[in-house]
Amino acid sequence: MFPLGIEPYLIGGVIVGIGVSLVYLMTGLHATQSSFFTTTLSWFSKRKHFQKESNIQERNWRLVLAIGLIIGALMHTLTLSLGGFWTTSVQLWRLALGGLLVGFGTRLSSGCTSGHGISGLASLSKISLCAVIVFMGVAVVTANIVQMLGVTP
Amino acid sequence: MNRQNVVVLVGGILFGFGLAYSGMTRQEIVLSFLQLKDLGLLFVMGGAAAITFFAINVAAKYIKTPILGGKFKPRRLPFSRNVIVGAVIFGVGWGLSGQCPGSAVASLGTGNLPVLVGIAAMFIGAYIRGLLDS
Repeated sequence: MFPLGIEPYLIGGVIVGIGVSLVYLMTGLHATQSSFFTTTLSWFSKRKHFQKESNIQERNWRLVLAIGLIIGALMHTLTLSLGGFWTTSVQLWRLALGGLLVGFGTRLSSGCTSGHGISGLASLSKISLCAVIVFMGVAVVTANIVQMLGVTP
Repeated sequence: MNRQNVVVLVGGILFGFGLAYSGMTRQEIVLSFLQLKDLGLLFVMGGAAAITFFAINVAAKYIKTPILGGKFKPRRLPFSRNVIVGAVIFGVGWGLSGQCPGSAVASLGTGNLPVLVGIAAMFIGAYIRGLLDS
């Protein structure tokens, strides 16, 4: 069940929670991720879907949040990480096709692992709880089918 | 940079550091959770949600308004079919690739350049969502 122990997971999760909480208590903003794609596209597309006032208002801080994520992971890589820089061996077609579905699905769903899974659950949102159960269940089934079909890595 | 963005940057750095610390920036570790070989991811989401639960439901009630001004609003969405249909589609993509939006972006900071392909695809997916929203 826990071949790597639970400490790195729990400690990492608590650090994530402190980051999200800091942003919420200081600014009232929910530091969630998938809206970043929609708000960033508002710089490039004139379509009404992207030009909503909320997207224009949020696009700067959401870009700053994404840059923060990269800097934070880089800081970990340069300090505590044992192996240093790292590259996935998951095949590119899986990253591409999976990414397409993640981008479309999270925007249709108005949330992802952070929006529904962290901020939504913490807000005791029933619809977010439903979303988490659905995407986690579907992902478990998908990952096992992919593995059974012999697709590795 | 205004004060709000400084706070968001610091919060984002903590967020990214925590994701890397917990291994969520590695698609292989996420996939081993989804294959039910290592259930650690539950502690990442649970730990983060528990701290945030305290911030939203206890600390925010105590301080009443955000320190830099504005208003507190818990994250509540109206019930809609799209939330669930989208979650199904997201689940297929997550199970296929081991990537979700936050972990993919943070993963760039670990030097994981192939994930750029996944992030580009996420932008395309979000764009298609916009095309279908008339």
